Amino acid sequence: MEYLLIIISAIFVNNILLSQFLGICPFLGVSNKLSTATGMSGAVCFVITLATIVTYLINKYLLLPFGLEFLQTIAFILVIAALVQIVEIVLKKISPSLYQALGIFLPLITTNCAVLGVAITVVTKEFSYGGAEAHLLNLGEAVVYALATSVGYGIAMILFAGLREHLAGNQVPQAFKGLPIALITVGIMAMAFLGFSGIV
Amino acid sequence: MSKWSLVTKGFVKDNPTFVLVLGMCPTLATTTSAINGLEMGLATLFVLVLSNMAISALAPLVPDKVHIPVYIVVIATFVTVLQLLMQAYMPAAYATLGLFIPLIVVNCIVLGRAEAFANKNTVIDSALDGIGVGLGFTLSLTVIGLVREILGSGSAFGFKFIPGDGILAFVMAPGAFLVLGYLMVLFNKYLKK
Amino acid sequence: MATQSTLKNMLLCLTLVCLVCAAILGGAYAMTYNPIKQANENILKASIGAVLPEGGTISDQKTASYGGRTYTYYEQLSGDAVQAYAVKSATTGFGGTLELMVGVLPDGTVNSTRVLSHSETPGLGAKCQTDARFIDQFKGLGPDKSVKLRADGGDVDAITASTITSRAYTLAVSNAVEVVKSLKKEN
Repeated sequence: MEYLLIIISAIFVNNILLSQFLGICPFLGVSNKLSTATGMSGAVCFVITLATIVTYLINKYLLLPFGLEFLQTIAFILVIAALVQIVEIVLKKISPSLYQALGIFLPLITTNCAVLGVAITVVTKEFSYGGAEAHLLNLGEAVVYALATSVGYGIAMILFAGLREHLAGNQVPQAFKGLPIALITVGIMAMAFLGFSGIV
Repeated sequence: MSKWSLVTKGFVKDNPTFVLVLGMCPTLATTTSAINGLEMGLATLFVLVLSNMAISALAPLVPDKVHIPVYIVVIATFVTVLQLLMQAYMPAAYATLGLFIPLIVVNCIVLGRAEAFANKNTVIDSALDGIGVGLGFTLSLTVIGLVREILGSGSAFGFKFIPGDGILAFVMAPGAFLVLGYLMVLFNKYLKK
Repeated sequence: MATQSTLKNMLLCLTLVCLVCAAILGGAYAMTYNPIKQANENILKASIGAVLPEGGTISDQKTASYGGRTYTYYEQLSGDAVQAYAVKSATTGFGGTLELMVGVLPDGTVNSTRVLSHSETPGLGAKCQTDARFIDQFKGLGPDKSVKLRADGGDVDAITASTITSRAYTLAVSNAVEVVKSLKKEN
């Protein structure tokens, strides 16, 4: 039950893009075409989940026992940067087709604040679902949270890319061309997502 | 390029928000009021100036293949110092900005300036560049925050001058996108040459 | 310009940079350790002071359990008698955890309340920090009153358009009152 609440809350109610504003740069950058948006979402999903597991363990078994929580920022970003590199190398070797699909997005992901954002949120924020006592997530919940959050990222990204492909064919005033009209579209989408608030 | 134009270029010509469109996450997330925008901008400015200076001093000594990891370590160090200082001396601001202080590490403005400017220029020029871009960022965030605060809660810098509730959507998530979008339209129409 | 990359100078460079950064961080941590502790204590003291009547000395942190949860509380002592309690009480609001400091007199009357942390919607639920009409209802709310929203059959008016936040706030206050009542029973 709690897993279900985590999933619904992370995908719709607290959508990482439309209500938490994490990972906006790649969102605006690669949402021109549906195919690239799908590739990027897949890569983000993969990296966020993997990075959350690794940083969670590092925090629990390395930082907390020595009282070094203040090093979270620097430790996590280095781990994420290294992890992205490793994923890129491994992917190239074992699955060239997957590398073709996701590879070009991987270097961009290190500076995607969604990855660091989720990693830090999971170890610092206390969650409470369905009226239960607020608590830090355990590893299982953290993985579900990371997965659901990145699915939410993908959903918002793919929906928006679909809208944006149609937008490109329309006449808009010169000053609105490009990003401004895209931002206004996202604003309207975010308003639609506000409708989900309160269901969990 | 004169020293003075290094500082002023961030306001309009190379404005990090409206022209370069960098660092969108804090821009949208922390601008619920003018004060929050201002604080976020200044926090970024702090990291930007120090990391620009350190990186311009280090750049000639760093082997090419490891320059990105070195930059990330340097930036993350300054961000952690900022976190500690804010917790000690500005706990209220630290609580409001929350997650977005550690996320300065992955703000593309900081790494972007290190790559595009600081690694090929002198320490002083890099410091000025950091100040210029940082001030441009601060200015944009403050303006966005001000517009959202006026429309959303009828006040400016915490000073309430319109009674009542204001249009709540502007304080919430959709308003961030809408205000940034429309401000970008105005910027394109009147300021961009 | 950038130096040629060899394994030796790459290792050397990374090691040196990491050492210098570690030294800076260690120094910054040591320098800010006490100020951070002080700042956190000040915030806690200010919030305790704000919800209790004047005078008396504040005890160390104590814990009590009620309804399966553990609560942290502080006693305000005047001589040996407990003059009032400050209870830290957390519930789930609209956006996440809503944490309050609630001042309660020994007879179960609420003295005053203050928000410690929240993640409510700005402009709506976040008004639980500023809306005097809502907050002032709790000041001096006696044990004869029902600490529930009027919509739920109690005596508290909700903040307009923020029923969930108001309900969470009210529940946090009533839990704190119950904690104090259970403490009195034990003694």
